[in-house]
Amino acid sequence: MGLEQFKNRNVGTQNYKTLDLGKTPTRGLDKFKQVVNRTFKGELFVGLWVTLREMINALFRGEMHTVKYPFEKLPISPRYRAIHDMLRLLESGHYRCIGCGLCEKICISNCITMDTRYDENQRKEVSEYTINFGRCIFCGYCAEVCPELAIVHGPRYENASEQRASFSLFEDMLTPIDKLNLQQEYEGFGAVSPNADDNIKQTPLAY
Amino acid sequence: METTLVENLPEVTAVGVLIKAIIILAVISAIAGFGTYIERKVLAFMQRRLGPMHVGPYGLLQLAADGIKLFTKEDIVPQNANKFIFMIAPIITAATAFIALAAVPVFPDFTIPEFIPLLGGTFVPSIAADLNIGILFVLGMMASGLYGPLLAGMSQANKWGIIGAARTAVQFLSYEVVTGLSILAPIMIVGSLSFVDFNNAQSEGIGSWLIWQQPVAFVLFLIAGFAETNRTPFDLLEHEAEVVSGYATEYSGMRWGMFFIGEYANMITISIIAAIVFLGGYSEGTLGWLTIVLKVGFFFLLMLWVRASWPHIRPDQLMWLCWKVLMPIAVINVVITGIVMMV
Ligand code: SF4
Ligand code: SF4
Repeated sequence: MGLEQFKNRNVGTQNYKTLDLGKTPTRGLDKFKQVVNRTFKGELFVGLWVTLREMINALFRGEMHTVKYPFEKLPISPRYRAIHDMLRLLESGHYRCIGCGLCEKICISNCITMDTRYDENQRKEVSEYTINFGRCIFCGYCAEVCPELAIVHGPRYENASEQRASFSLFEDMLTPIDKLNLQQEYEGFGAVSPNADDNIKQTPLAY
Repeated sequence: METTLVENLPEVTAVGVLIKAIIILAVISAIAGFGTYIERKVLAFMQRRLGPMHVGPYGLLQLAADGIKLFTKEDIVPQNANKFIFMIAPIITAATAFIALAAVPVFPDFTIPEFIPLLGGTFVPSIAADLNIGILFVLGMMASGLYGPLLAGMSQANKWGIIGAARTAVQFLSYEVVTGLSILAPIMIVGSLSFVDFNNAQSEGIGSWLIWQQPVAFVLFLIAGFAETNRTPFDLLEHEAEVVSGYATEYSGMRWGMFFIGEYANMITISIIAAIVFLGGYSEGTLGWLTIVLKVGFFFLLMLWVRASWPHIRPDQLMWLCWKVLMPIAVINVVITGIVMMV
């Protein structure tokens, strides 16, 4: 179908379908019949039943929709792009970042600042790493480009704070060393959310 | 019948009536406040939500939190408003709602036990003022309660308020006829305007309830009662989607709260009238007080239920409904009742 049909503004010549709503009664008797029909149709009571049914479902069948948010959270998708996490190696506990600088290069809003130097063993170490979250657009390029899976988007979406600096230092993003066993591996692009099975619904065909 | 009734009961003293008045005032305003909690909960459940949950167990103390908020809020009177009328309007609504309750039987009568100092032995009647024209008085008082929204809307120098006041007038003109005419038929059958007589006339079990003789009048009265208490589907006065908050737009704090106490007290009054006039009242002997609480509770729930389910109607539809449909039906009902009684 081309655009012509939409550009046709001449009322009456378009290809619209009208619903069959029956005839509007003109004679007094027909009007009266319509009023009587509608009065005794009981549609209002159908409405009452619908709300009562929902109440029974909610109270006794556990179909309450409310999530008590600060105490109870819905699982988020692994693809969700929240505040970044810097991951550690599981064996040694050392941070994974090798200081390659790819994330700094690819960042389209130029918000990653990093510096590296040689440590006492002549190995490269990250001396400074910050993300300016005032500029980050959470595009996820840095996580995608990282060859070591070091920088990932974590699940921390509650980022209200007095200072955005509270999130942006390397130490803040790094997995705490005592929580290493709780470190979540990034499941990769295309991963489904943990509750994906529950969210699958039959496509409604009949209305 | 009436003389034996009076002989059996102890004398009603001024102190007893005073105590009764205080009880009504305290309990009904508490219930009216609690009604807002129940309303929020029931509406929430019907939309599969939880409603207030955090203040106290299951949100029960939400009422106290709301009360504190209302009492401590600044009482703003708009600059161009007619200050005197603006300030007195909510009092009219709340006061008339409670005055109406004076002639309604609330709670059974009891005698204060002798061991309580000062008041021991005082008989507290079930009705504060047992008028022999109780129904007329209650309906009249509730009707005059509509002056509250009317004056409030006109005095506040706000266009939404004016629209709300105009709608109050429309509503007032529409339902009042239906209320009177619909309740006329049961009054003809019982032959009295006193609630006690209504109660006694239906004391022979469920079969003697007036709803079986007057189903049409019952439905009409219920519809008119919804209009009288400004409940959905007739909440034109303050429908947020159309007129911000109608007559209550400029009100804040306790003055706003008084409108709502009045509204909930009216809901309770209408429920009690419907329960006594059509559903047998408190006539089931010793369990009477329990059954009337259940009946009143049912009507209260019905109002919330309807609010959750039905859309509201336009002012012109309200007038059409009341004048062209309900009033003729009510008149026909009265005529038929009269003919049946004559034959
Ligand atoms: S998410 Fe995008 S904008 Fe934010 S730091 Fe990474 S690359 Fe930069
Ligand atoms: S791309 Fe990864 S490894 Fe390279 S500097 Fe960034 S975080 Fe470190």
